[in-house]
Amino acid sequence: MRVGSHQNKLRGVYLNTTTIKEQWFGNVKGDVLAGIVVALALIPEAIAFSIIAGVDPMVGLYASFAIAVTIAIVGGRPGMISAATGAMALLMVTLVADHGLQYLMAATILTGILQILFGVFKLARFMKFIPRSVMIGFVNALAILIFMAQLEQFVDATWVMYAMVAGALAIIYLFPRITKAVPSPLVAIIVITVIALMTKSDVRTVGDMGKLTSALPAFLIPNVPLNLETLKIIFPYSLALAIVGLLESLLTASIVDDMTDTSSDKNRESRGQGIANIVAGLFGGMAGCAMIGQSVINVKSGGRGRLSAFVAGTFLMFLIIVLGNVVVQIPMAALVGVMIMVSIGTFDWSSIKGMAKTPLTDSIVMVVTTVTTVFTHDLSKGVFSGIILSAIFFVAKISKVKVTSTFDVAADRRTYFVKGQVFFASVTDLIESFDMLDTAKDVVIDLTHAHVWDDSAVAAIDKIVIKLRASGNVVRLHGLNEPSSLLIDKLAVHKQEGAKLSGH
Amino acid sequence: MFKRIMLASDGSDHSLRAAKKAAELAKLNADSEITVVYVIDGQTSKEDVLHNPNRTVVEEKRKMRLQPVTSLLNSENLSFKLEKLLGEPGPAIVDYANKNEFDVVVVGSRGLNGLQEMVLGSVSHKVAKRVKAPVMIVK
Repeated sequence: MRVGSHQNKLRGVYLNTTTIKEQWFGNVKGDVLAGIVVALALIPEAIAFSIIAGVDPMVGLYASFAIAVTIAIVGGRPGMISAATGAMALLMVTLVADHGLQYLMAATILTGILQILFGVFKLARFMKFIPRSVMIGFVNALAILIFMAQLEQFVDATWVMYAMVAGALAIIYLFPRITKAVPSPLVAIIVITVIALMTKSDVRTVGDMGKLTSALPAFLIPNVPLNLETLKIIFPYSLALAIVGLLESLLTASIVDDMTDTSSDKNRESRGQGIANIVAGLFGGMAGCAMIGQSVINVKSGGRGRLSAFVAGTFLMFLIIVLGNVVVQIPMAALVGVMIMVSIGTFDWSSIKGMAKTPLTDSIVMVVTTVTTVFTHDLSKGVFSGIILSAIFFVAKISKVKVTSTFDVAADRRTYFVKGQVFFASVTDLIESFDMLDTAKDVVIDLTHAHVWDDSAVAAIDKIVIKLRASGNVVRLHGLNEPSSLLIDKLAVHKQEGAKLSGH
Repeated sequence: MFKRIMLASDGSDHSLRAAKKAAELAKLNADSEITVVYVIDGQTSKEDVLHNPNRTVVEEKRKMRLQPVTSLLNSENLSFKLEKLLGEPGPAIVDYANKNEFDVVVVGSRGLNGLQEMVLGSVSHKVAKRVKAPVMIVK
């Protein structure tokens, strides 16, 4: 495609000439406007994710401020928005419930340290080992969990609550027809709050869920004992947070890459996410990561540079300081409406539409990842079960070896043709395909269309050769490719005179 | 008369019908050129990146998506080029059409489903309203 090469060239030029100054001030007007839009859209989400995690709204708001501003400076993907997120909030629920806020701060700092290590050791490249169906299952599980977290707000709720949620959703989805300049979730929140205040409705509000202070975050070291006991408590949470945070951040970075036709530094982004989480933990915030939805809003609103995330973070903090006493009066119903929209937007509907065309095993991996996550409430467990299952499927698929044989009567020679991958999972089938009591004088094993991968494979070939020899056949291997024959030279015993199988 | 033709396309059935009309226009002029424009919006970016391992595959899949249109134009021996635009379909098409001098812009009447159209508004409507060149909306 003509256009393809043209754009690659452009991308190259962009990368070479991009300086820090351009990344910050190359798009001031677009970045400032988009940053303001994102800040407005972030407030309801930061509050709602705090409530999911079981902490005061300020924890999510401080985190969003600290993470957005820090990542603007140290991140690897300009134009991407990071803050408190649902994926991370869901992972910390039991930590907060069992050990409290101070341990969450400590876990957040440790999460950051782990992510910096991931960045330093360039672990982003291992992302390619996570199958796409696992990523899709991850995203779908996240959407379902965010939705399920809203259901508890409906317990003992009156019809007023249902009506307000429905009203919020109607505004969210229909208001963009009038204008897209103001984010419709914010309009929904303002309208529902005004209605609640005017009707003096006694529905639950943000203020009922926790404290909200109109103050700047302060630097404080989490008040936890610095010992092995603490580490034992927070490490499993921090590891899960670090992995899930990077997973979502790198996925989001790729989406922003694609949306802007530019590229980004994934290892720098990993380190940046780590630094941002350490800062968040030291300023009273919870762990966060990049947000797909907010980043898409940012790019759509014209945000491209680092300034957009910086403006989003600072403007969010400004609004909370100025409007803190208004924010506490927002009805939960409005936030629930916003979160239902977030979950609908997060769910990958094309994975349902495309299921008929997708290979069955991919669909199974996707569904298992989703279901495991929904039942364990732990995104990292879901991802691991998905990865393990797809590895098993892959091994099962690739372990089919085909063995055929021909018999040359004149030469009294039987030739076996082995086709496929010879490794630990396929050796049993391979050995069973040979007739060890063959009466032919010569036996040729043709491995032209096979690849010998590991010591199990060499041991199996040894076994076949030595057993056939024991029945008086002259055995010859034929057509080995170079890596396979190198491996056999290194490991095989059948070439030695009078070789016997040990322990068989 | 219709020498520079812009065809907005997403590989859907509607856009294929539009491509057939664009081809008919192009055949009226020996040195006509069609610019096939495919707009990648945030939703498409998100789905494509999520479902494919890397950018090379993403770009290949997108080319494959347009194949009904490109193979039609190929079989008619028409000269064409592909252009990828980023952003929301309506504004992106309008912007590109107005920045380049086209003799005609051809779009399908519908690409999105009913619900999306209710939320986002109709692309062809925006194009008809705001593109300066003559617009052909193919039903």
